[in-house]
Amino acid sequence: MTQQTSATPDFDTLTVGDVIAERSYELSRDSLVRYAGASGDFNSIHYRDDIATSVGLPGVIAHGMLTMGLSVQPVVDWAGDPARVADYQVRFTRPILVDPFTGATVSVTAKIGQLDAEARVARVDLTTTFNGETVLGKAQVRVTLA
Amino acid sequence: MNPALQGRAFPPTAPYLVGREKVREFARAVFATDPASFDLDAARAAGHADLVAPPTFSIVVQQLSLDQLLADPEADIDFSRVVHGDQRFTFTRPVIAGDELTGTLTVTAVKSLGAHSMVTAETVIVDAAGEHVVTSTSTLVVRGDE
Repeated sequence: MTQQTSATPDFDTLTVGDVIAERSYELSRDSLVRYAGASGDFNSIHYRDDIATSVGLPGVIAHGMLTMGLSVQPVVDWAGDPARVADYQVRFTRPILVDPFTGATVSVTAKIGQLDAEARVARVDLTTTFNGETVLGKAQVRVTLA
Repeated sequence: MNPALQGRAFPPTAPYLVGREKVREFARAVFATDPASFDLDAARAAGHADLVAPPTFSIVVQQLSLDQLLADPEADIDFSRVVHGDQRFTFTRPVIAGDELTGTLTVTAVKSLGAHSMVTAETVIVDAAGEHVVTSTSTLVVRGDE
């Protein structure tokens, strides 16, 4: 992945509907173990198939908070600083099943949903998909560009 | 789940010291690439005192407050049936390495949805000076018998 230092986007050039970022992520079981350690969320449905299936899941699933955490990253890079994120919300609508061999590919598209010219805040709407289906609902990031 | 839980406030969590390496570890785990979360010089050049945590980092502090709720016998929540329904972070400022954060949880809503019940927990996170940093709101869905 290329590291880039982006300047703050110019609020006045933005239009509702603009796609500001698109990215896809390859999740593996290793990604889940890494997130478990970093976050302290050691719920075993995120690394043990036997436990996951015993609670009715088809297999090991990604932490919802990992999906939320990575989905905002294209917006952070676009904004040029994580500090510009003023508000971020999601609903968790579908699990991401992470295959032990092939992992899971998660795609994120970030689009301008609303512009508040007075506050110079852009609402960026995220579409995060896995296997062609969305996994998050009402995924919205408010970014302060003033 | 106990419906009388609504409005219940828990005592503040023990102070959580945000470590610089923890910020880097968490940032890597959520596929962050912004230099402000990794490179001290870049963070300082952007006007921050230290590394800037990714937007979802404060879930680590909220989790400490949720542990209080889940462990409360009066709340009567079966942890093995809990699913994360939605999540929101509303910032006054970003979390910065070196922050000493304390979270205070209030149960803002308890609802029944068929066999399931939902509990909304709002955790107000402040720094060592008592100044607001971020409010982290989780809705947990407790699955009923089907």
